Amino acid sequence: MTKIDFKTAGPFIALIALFILGIFVNDAFLSAGNVSNILARSSFIGIVAIGATFVITTGGIDLSVGSMAAFISGCMILLMNALMATIDSLVTIIFLAIVASAAIGGLAGMINGLLTTKAKIEAFIVTLGTMGIYRSLVTYMADGGTLSLNFTLGDVYSEVYYGTLLGLPYPVWVFLVVAVIGYVLLNMTVFGRHCFAVGSNESVAHYSAINVDRIKTATYILQGLCVSIATIIYVPRLGSASGQTGILWELEAIAAVIIGGTMLKGGYGRIGGTVVGALILTLIGNILNLTDAVSNYLNGAVQGVIVIVAVYLQRGAWRAKN
Amino acid sequence: MVQAANSDVSNTVMAVMAQESQVDAPPRDSLLAVQNLKKSYGEIEVLHGIDFDLRRGEVHAILGENGAGKSTLVKCLSGFEARNDGHLYVNTKQEFSGADIGVAPSPMTNNEDSAQAIAARDWTHAAAEAAGVVLIHQEFNLAEQLSVAENIFLGSELRGTGLASLFIDKKKMNELSRDYLATLHCTIDPATLVSDLSVADKQMVEIAKTLAKDARVLILDEPTAVLTQKESAALFELIDRLRGRGVGIIYISHKLEEIERIADRITVIRDGDLVGCYPAATLTKDDMARLMVGRELSSLYPKVPAPYESASVALSVHGLHVAGASEPENFELRSGEILAFSGLVGSGRTALFETLVGLRSAQLGSESKIFVKGKEVRLNSFADARAHGVAYLTKDRKGSGLLLNKGLRENFSLYALAHFAGIIIDTRAEQSAFEKAVETFDIRMRDTGVVAGNLSGGNQQKLLLAKMLETTPDIVIVDEPTRGIDIGTKSQIYHFLAELAAAGKAVIIISSDMSEVIGMAHRVAVMHQGNIVGVLSGDEITEHEIMRYATGLKAAAA
Repeated sequence: MTKIDFKTAGPFIALIALFILGIFVNDAFLSAGNVSNILARSSFIGIVAIGATFVITTGGIDLSVGSMAAFISGCMILLMNALMATIDSLVTIIFLAIVASAAIGGLAGMINGLLTTKAKIEAFIVTLGTMGIYRSLVTYMADGGTLSLNFTLGDVYSEVYYGTLLGLPYPVWVFLVVAVIGYVLLNMTVFGRHCFAVGSNESVAHYSAINVDRIKTATYILQGLCVSIATIIYVPRLGSASGQTGILWELEAIAAVIIGGTMLKGGYGRIGGTVVGALILTLIGNILNLTDAVSNYLNGAVQGVIVIVAVYLQRGAWRAKN
Repeated sequence: MVQAANSDVSNTVMAVMAQESQVDAPPRDSLLAVQNLKKSYGEIEVLHGIDFDLRRGEVHAILGENGAGKSTLVKCLSGFEARNDGHLYVNTKQEFSGADIGVAPSPMTNNEDSAQAIAARDWTHAAAEAAGVVLIHQEFNLAEQLSVAENIFLGSELRGTGLASLFIDKKKMNELSRDYLATLHCTIDPATLVSDLSVADKQMVEIAKTLAKDARVLILDEPTAVLTQKESAALFELIDRLRGRGVGIIYISHKLEEIERIADRITVIRDGDLVGCYPAATLTKDDMARLMVGRELSSLYPKVPAPYESASVALSVHGLHVAGASEPENFELRSGEILAFSGLVGSGRTALFETLVGLRSAQLGSESKIFVKGKEVRLNSFADARAHGVAYLTKDRKGSGLLLNKGLRENFSLYALAHFAGIIIDTRAEQSAFEKAVETFDIRMRDTGVVAGNLSGGNQQKLLLAKMLETTPDIVIVDEPTRGIDIGTKSQIYHFLAELAAAGKAVIIISSDMSEVIGMAHRVAVMHQGNIVGVLSGDEITEHEIMRYATGLKAAAA
């Protein structure tokens, strides 16, 4: 029993350990500014990773999220800049861009889903393809350079990233809300149960009157919406988009999901673990920034080691259980 | 705590038993023997001291209900599981009389005694195979994408000589494989991919593999569960030949007729205890069933009163054209009726019903009319079937019926989940429905936390039944409902089905088990090559008649 508990609690223990390490490394670590910075930075990958938790639990994979984020950012910026000419209210413009973002995200997810289920192409290949497509579209839209948000608009919109409620930045609240909704959806609803069923054995799901294709497509749409939400709070941070936006987000999102204890083969997913996974990834970067002991350039290497160790520990626990 | 208090006593007993077993060495002609074998998983002991021995050239059947410990016993015998206590002897010296299998010298032959005691930790799977003890699992261990010959020599591939020793000698492997298969009177080409073989042929390959390993002890676990009668008959002939050659065969099956047909001795175990070992000739099938269950089986097949003439038609099917079948199909059944679908494996019974309930698409362009309780319905998906009260239980309970790595409650509620949920699942209602079903269907488990894959086959089947019946369907279609399960659970399932019919449900049983078809059905529809060729009722329902239709010897006048 203790092993199973360890499996669930493992990511939390790792998070606490990293946190303690951070305290020892640098006094500035615990400052309100740094903590809120960690949380805000975690929220992008975290929100994307919550969508990825659904996709992976259901037995799929989505590699296109990073490119999709860049593409949606580009679309939003172009749309907002264009609307400046016709609409006076800046808030209305931002609102319309947010609606458009959600629509594009949902649609992009649906395309991934339908290609996977109706055209029966492996999700890995479909999303590898769309990953390339979105990345190149945003580069094309920016003409190889950078798309910048109109300065006046950017000023207003930046409130979404920099504003705070009860001392916490808005992105953190958004992350929290998405996580709670994701948790309820995955663990307490029929849809969530069906995700687990499809991920553990599609045939059994089919013979239990579950519309397997619809469930799978729905997870990709959810993933698209999560990317859209992450983009909505990401655009005001930099106020620009380019071919470099959202690079490697897909791998960080998948890493967060896996560190959190969700199994890549499907049928087993944890939203809480994913949130912790996203925090762990950001913490590593933050701690490396605050210390001279290890070069910041090794951030990716440390993250890689953490992913491998996390999975190794999970496998060990898995074997002991059986 | 009680155990601790008794530990002195039990230690003494064990010492005595150990002494006894030293004195009581196994008979000299034993190939493999265990004495006082005990096996525990965690703290739970599942085998409580089994004695067993296998002689040269005999078929020794192990009989017991699901969960009695048969599979655990053969796993211990074949080194897949390490026993916790008891002695194991293996004879590694005796030669076979049949010369056509060359017996390789075994690594453990230099011993005075013909039967050698082996410590638990030394009796690994590899050691067992080296000593010629081979277990053929219920689920085959074949690499589907490799050829028959490559499978036969998997792990011990033949190489060429000289420089060619870097490469596999395919030609020689194919030749030898052909020889092995020929001794089994099997004509499949060794170059065929295993994925292209029928289930029966795959089993032949498994057995051919054992020839390549010079098996002297062959353990068959439910070998006929996936075979047709004809294929089973071929298997029995093969077993006779192997027996004639001096191979010892341990045979596990639930089919008492088979055991009567081929066994020389029968060991019965019940709940992990040895009931006894009997010469097969001294036991009738009734005796076997009684020894297994430990009580008289009042009646395996409950009497189900025939539906009244006036009973309404529950299901009426017109022009249902299964993709690939030559003709569309029509049939109907009344409330309270049990209609069995018989036929050979591959005669299209499963396809017919999977098409009916929307799990498969019908022949393109075909138009069918389906009436449930007099109302015309369209069953385009399995969810439609559920909505109209038509339930179908798959015959593949492990592959399509249950999520083996998920808990019992989640499995139970998966099909009827809408009953327990608006948007949020009411886990309390779910749990109480589950507990009720566990009681109603007598689902037995080690504890409620186990996953479905850890249940015995019979309990899995009962869980599947509970899952599909939770929606209270009016029409219940069960596909091979008792395949691979023990006689006690079988009887329970027959009683559940009888109760359904008595409660006015219409029941369809698709089955390859002739005696269950004859024992349960009011009418029997027989299928041959994709279509119904005859419908029998009353006294016409005999094994002979069914077989004549099933094999195409007879067809109803159109």
